[in-house]
Amino acid sequence: MDPLTWTGPVGSFLNPLLGIGIGVFLTAVIIQSLMLLIREEDPIVVNPDGTLARKTGLPGGVERIITLSMLLIIVLLLAYIVLGVITPHGTVGIIGGMAKQFLPVWIALIAMFVISMRYKRKLGLYGKLFDSTVGMIGLGIVMFWVFTALFTGVFDLIATHDPLAQVSGLKNKVPGVPMPDADAPYAHYLLGGDNLARDIFSRMVHGSVIVVAIAPLATIFAFMVGITLGLPAGYFSGRLDTVLSFVANLILAFPVILLFYLLVTPEIVETGIPSYMAAFLFVFPLIFFGVLLNSRYYTQPSKRTPILIVVLGVLLLLYLSMINQKGTVIDFLPEWLDLFDLDILVVFVSVVFVNSPTVFRIVRSLALDLRTRDYVAAAQTRGEGAWYIMLWEILPNARGPLIVDFCLRIGYTTILLGTLGFFGLGLSSESPDWGSTINEGRKLLLVFTHPPLPPAFALLTLVLGLNLLADGLREESLRD
Amino acid sequence: MGLFILRRLGVMLLTAFCLTFLVFWLTNLYPNLEKLAKNQGNSRMQTHEVATWLTNRGYRSEIDPELIAASRDGSLSDDDFEAEVTGFDTRLFANYGEWLGILPGYVITGHDGVTRSRCSNHSAVDGDEPQFCGILQGNWGYSTVAKKAVADVLPTRLANTGKLMLAVLLVMVPGALIIGILAGMREGSRTDRTLSTVSIITTATPEYVSGVVFISLFATGTFGMQWFKGSASSAVENATFENFTLPVLTIALYGMGYIARMTRASMTEVMTAQYIRTARLKGVSFRNIVLRHALRNALIAPFTVIMLQIPWLLNGVVIVETLFTYQGFGWELVRAASNNDIEMLLGVSIVSVFVVLLTQLISDVGYVFLNPRIRIS
Repeated sequence: MDPLTWTGPVGSFLNPLLGIGIGVFLTAVIIQSLMLLIREEDPIVVNPDGTLARKTGLPGGVERIITLSMLLIIVLLLAYIVLGVITPHGTVGIIGGMAKQFLPVWIALIAMFVISMRYKRKLGLYGKLFDSTVGMIGLGIVMFWVFTALFTGVFDLIATHDPLAQVSGLKNKVPGVPMPDADAPYAHYLLGGDNLARDIFSRMVHGSVIVVAIAPLATIFAFMVGITLGLPAGYFSGRLDTVLSFVANLILAFPVILLFYLLVTPEIVETGIPSYMAAFLFVFPLIFFGVLLNSRYYTQPSKRTPILIVVLGVLLLLYLSMINQKGTVIDFLPEWLDLFDLDILVVFVSVVFVNSPTVFRIVRSLALDLRTRDYVAAAQTRGEGAWYIMLWEILPNARGPLIVDFCLRIGYTTILLGTLGFFGLGLSSESPDWGSTINEGRKLLLVFTHPPLPPAFALLTLVLGLNLLADGLREESLRD
Repeated sequence: MGLFILRRLGVMLLTAFCLTFLVFWLTNLYPNLEKLAKNQGNSRMQTHEVATWLTNRGYRSEIDPELIAASRDGSLSDDDFEAEVTGFDTRLFANYGEWLGILPGYVITGHDGVTRSRCSNHSAVDGDEPQFCGILQGNWGYSTVAKKAVADVLPTRLANTGKLMLAVLLVMVPGALIIGILAGMREGSRTDRTLSTVSIITTATPEYVSGVVFISLFATGTFGMQWFKGSASSAVENATFENFTLPVLTIALYGMGYIARMTRASMTEVMTAQYIRTARLKGVSFRNIVLRHALRNALIAPFTVIMLQIPWLLNGVVIVETLFTYQGFGWELVRAASNNDIEMLLGVSIVSVFVVLLTQLISDVGYVFLNPRIRIS
């Protein structure tokens, strides 16, 4: 087999076109910014009757060139992907090979977008997202990685090789290198080999599973802790608020990396502190759902008791098997009850611990603001309990900012996970997660640049997608 | 105003007290001490030998001497002995007090007959040591990795990081303010959208990503742009454009987007204010509106953000100094933490905790000074 080039034979006529498109686009943008410096005019003008008109002449022409060249660039980029998918392996090189591997993701993305666009008026805030370009781009990027993680983790589809398998002779080889063994199931290392001769593409794809599984879950836990403590702090204020805010500020005053270095070391794991912290932090979802349902159905005991028993029973089982870990201080459950073992409990705990105080502060300030509203006064007059008001009156009205912050916080958690991997804390050195692979790759960065770049771009795009999604959500939730 | 500052100072001291105690507790957990004992003494010490070594030097070994004696003469098995080791004891508070310098340092005559004291650096006393020797007396302890007193190592590291931070602030603050003001003065324009996208991208790029990308772009020959150096170790002595650009840029970029977005938000808010409309109706030129009327009011909010950003820079500093092997404060933190250098880690923690608390105080006080609408009675 021959080594693959980046764009293959097809690239020989697509690449020059793309070059021209980008060149024209950049020149037009520069010309337009220069014109903006000289004259403060927008190429689009508003007529007195409220209609919009495009200006003619030089400014209008430049504007049209920008739009057209941008369209050309997008069409060409799509062409690489589409051609890569439909032509046989190797025609569009590495890009095409990757596009082909991601085929299930493309199908899922297209299906999701078509269905959502079709029914967007019936889908609430999620449907409104499809009115904002920024939000759609963000959602597209995020869902790309979610689907990648799903297809890799559950169906084992996208990766070309085993992320841990080492193939001798492919150590630090450049992208597109052919396998030495002619009848290997996949003929190339698409993005080259790393320091231990493992396939970088497969490792990057498998890394997404770890990030997509942990980051949202850790964020949800942080939100549970923050909401359960922040609502009463804001609603009752007084001494409770003073104490809780002091503790939150205490944790926030720690530089994150120092905290990680203090919490995620083998010595600390030995003392069992992370297990106790897990036992403390993970109990909050139980409290949250218990109080939430109890305050709602308090007046209907015949309905409340069965609901509470079922929900709390399931949560308790999950809670126990989460904190119960073989070989640590908390290890009492019988084998058959322990549903799963989190190998990276300590990473999970420290990420939740770092995020909770910030969520607490946000929820607290929202509750402080909302408790003076009329509907809260009305509920108080009706004689509703404090927890009912907090969870069923204040919390639903605070959902807008909380959803936006949730997206941002998943991104931040992703960055934190990467930081942990970058310092080699908590995660095993073989783990394909993006932070660890960047850390591994940076050691020889000045000699071989290709190993750390794919995970770096993957992490960057996921966080960027989450930030754009949050921006789109903020825009749309402010609109009504 | 005076009372406000006083109260803030009080809370700050209390926070510092709690935080230092937390760090002290986490760094002085028994497994850390055991590692220290094996590292300093003999790596093949038995559990009771470790305990003896630690009690002789005033560390908390959490075991009373009778247990050690029982273990020595064999009436207690090793497993039972281990079971007694972990737990909570009041020696922790005493140790913290000694380390802080509010309790007199220990003087212990050990099982081996040598009298050691804290103030003689855990070695045999010679009689003329002071009674108190903690942080408050200026005794920061001894770094086991650098083989020097912590007080000798930290200032040079801090100076190096100070140099880096200064360069970062000089790049980041003006850059962020300019981007934010340009984007915010005409909300919704193409300039606004482009600059906002740029700032979102920079906030989505953590330092370890941008650092790696910068090094491979500009410090290797892969892309034909080998303009800078990928290591900043020589910048400690002699910072040049070549070896200092990439680390500074890497840290500045991550913080820049956030400040720019805050500036933009504040600027758009000011641009819709009544007095700007009045100025516009009076016929003031757009340039004068922005420079004379809007700018000063729009810069109040970013000031707080910039001050609160400094603790975040600390994170970036640790990552970048590790990535570029720049021997500053963050590099020392990583070295101390990964080598169980307890006293150095404590010193580093104190400094960073105080940096965070001081910036919080400055931002609170500065906000009150800058914003005439807030009056503290």
